[in-house]
Amino acid sequence: MSFSIARIYAVLVKEFLQMRRDRVTLGMIVGVPLMQLFLFGFAINFNPKALPTAVSIDDPGVFARSVAAGLRNSSYFEVVAVTNSPSGARRLLQEGKVLFVVEIPVNFTRDIVRGAKPDLLVEADATDPAAGGFAIAALNGIAAAALRDDLTGPLAARAQGPPPFNLVTHLLYNPESNTRYSIVPGLLAVILTMTMVLMTCLALTRERERGTYENLLAMPATPVEIMIGKIAPNIVIGAIQSAIILAVAKYVFAVPMIGSLPLLGLGLTLYIVANLAVGYTFSTLAQNQLQAMQMTVFFLLPSILLSGFAFPFAGMPRWAQYIGEVLPATHFLRIVRGILLKNNGAPEIWPDVWPLLLFTLAVVTLALARFRRTLD
Amino acid sequence: MSGAGKSAGALAIDVKGLTKRFGRKLAVDHIDIAVPEGEVWGFLGPNGSGKTTTIRMLCGLLRVDDGEGTCLGLDIRSEAEAIKRQVGYMTQRFSFWEDLSIRENLEFVARLYRLPDGRAKVEGTLERLGLVKRQAQLAGELSGGWKQRMALAACMLHDPKLLLLDEPTAGVDPKARRDFWEQIHALSEQGLTVLVSTHYMDEAERCDRIAYILNGKLVAQGSVGEVIEQSGLSTFVLEGAHVRHFLSELQGKPGVDYAGFFGAALHVSGRDRAALEAAIAPYRGRPAIAVSETPPNLEDVFILLQEEAK
Repeated sequence: MSFSIARIYAVLVKEFLQMRRDRVTLGMIVGVPLMQLFLFGFAINFNPKALPTAVSIDDPGVFARSVAAGLRNSSYFEVVAVTNSPSGARRLLQEGKVLFVVEIPVNFTRDIVRGAKPDLLVEADATDPAAGGFAIAALNGIAAAALRDDLTGPLAARAQGPPPFNLVTHLLYNPESNTRYSIVPGLLAVILTMTMVLMTCLALTRERERGTYENLLAMPATPVEIMIGKIAPNIVIGAIQSAIILAVAKYVFAVPMIGSLPLLGLGLTLYIVANLAVGYTFSTLAQNQLQAMQMTVFFLLPSILLSGFAFPFAGMPRWAQYIGEVLPATHFLRIVRGILLKNNGAPEIWPDVWPLLLFTLAVVTLALARFRRTLD
Repeated sequence: MSGAGKSAGALAIDVKGLTKRFGRKLAVDHIDIAVPEGEVWGFLGPNGSGKTTTIRMLCGLLRVDDGEGTCLGLDIRSEAEAIKRQVGYMTQRFSFWEDLSIRENLEFVARLYRLPDGRAKVEGTLERLGLVKRQAQLAGELSGGWKQRMALAACMLHDPKLLLLDEPTAGVDPKARRDFWEQIHALSEQGLTVLVSTHYMDEAERCDRIAYILNGKLVAQGSVGEVIEQSGLSTFVLEGAHVRHFLSELQGKPGVDYAGFFGAALHVSGRDRAALEAAIAPYRGRPAIAVSETPPNLEDVFILLQEEAK
């Protein structure tokens, strides 16, 4: 066998010609990485700031107000609720509306004046330990600095030396800050979205490329029937996968599962269907398999990077959070961590269930609208 | 279906002004076709003339841009879904699932049409095709002839009243073609209407009527004899040892609309009989060359039509 540069050149020219013909794919090859670079480059933040915080004030005194103001002015905390009921604040934590509750106890001001070193209690949602670490570390300094300006006159001496209060930190739901407890349930979300979208993204594209699409259309099957028929078998696959992942999570990684498993099953089913519907919609949009795969990757990366799996959700800029809120992975991540680690029930997960429902409905509508009953 | 559809002499296909555009190109240009029930029609024309597009419009796979009409008494614009249920459509390219077995393909079709006796139908079909032993074989592994047989059987499974066959015998061996046509005639005798597109003249001659489409326009239709007669063509045959050398001489001579070989014989055709006779006069009486007149065949007519359209 001889080796010929000329023949390599022949193949090379042919490949370039074919590449150039497929403009859409070419555009995606250039556009998708650029979009992702900008998207993730600006969105990802390893030192999350402006974390949603509730302040519970039981003390009418001036020092309590100073601490609250100090929190408000800090870049780490964004005070979204001020209440005088510790249980109300705790509920916000349970529902995932805030990551921290700072509790200023009764007689906080009086005890400081007396030099009695009152407790300043911080409860942190540790389901994602990465989210709160920097903020908790900063809290002591923030509170101390806030008080320093008030400690004048006879109290000026207290402004020096150690802070005049005890910072007590409670890490809730994951007291040992075990990252596995947050990563492994998160992997359930990520692995499922990956396989489920891949399963269906070629559903129609393959039929079209093989020429069987024409035959399918010539027979009396409606778009809804075809869609359900193509999605349903994959729900079983998703269920098997979920069972395997959950079993490994429990017996290998010892992830606590304190919530209701049937409820989790319901959330899982919804999440699996949402992802299968996304894949199916891609297959109605893509002209060839390469395009379908590109779309899938375009969907998977934000599902990993902007969902709160890889980086703390609360630490992303507002616009990136809006994108994240659209993704099923974001909501399922909250559902699964909430049920397994926080024992959330139906009322607590509902705020993340209806976005999944809405998403599925929107995607299915798009798929049906895009489904061509003719070859036009 | 309307009552009129059942009466004798009713039309299985009745369309007027059927038109399809792809972008700025007119793929099908105001075609009228009226196929009576129970007839076998041949649909002929060069590649890209619009045969497949027309067939796809008839069975609801392409939207009709202009024109109107009925297929089995159902409106082709508004009742495409109902038409699909009563029409058997065999695509040009094998379009069954190559990664399913023969049986699985047939069962899938039977279920899609919700055939009440689907199981028995599938069994009967496998038996009739002689495929009982090979039923577990993947459709993709079948030879061209068997694929065609399977495809025809699959699109007959729901007992359609109208068969639309798009070049069903392309790439199929002569024996299989012959068997195929015997089956078509048998089906037609049971009252089935068939519209079949083809490039083979012998197949065209087996049709009750033919329609010839060129650049999206219907340019000839009728029985084979009628189409030939309508063309007004005369054809002479030159045979002998050296006729091959005469082709270039004859081409372009006044009176010669078309000259070409059919086997070893040179066919010279023209519409103007007197001019044609003048053109071939010099070859008469040459030694070892036989000149005779022959009734023009379909191929002569079609090639002439195609030449004229250039």
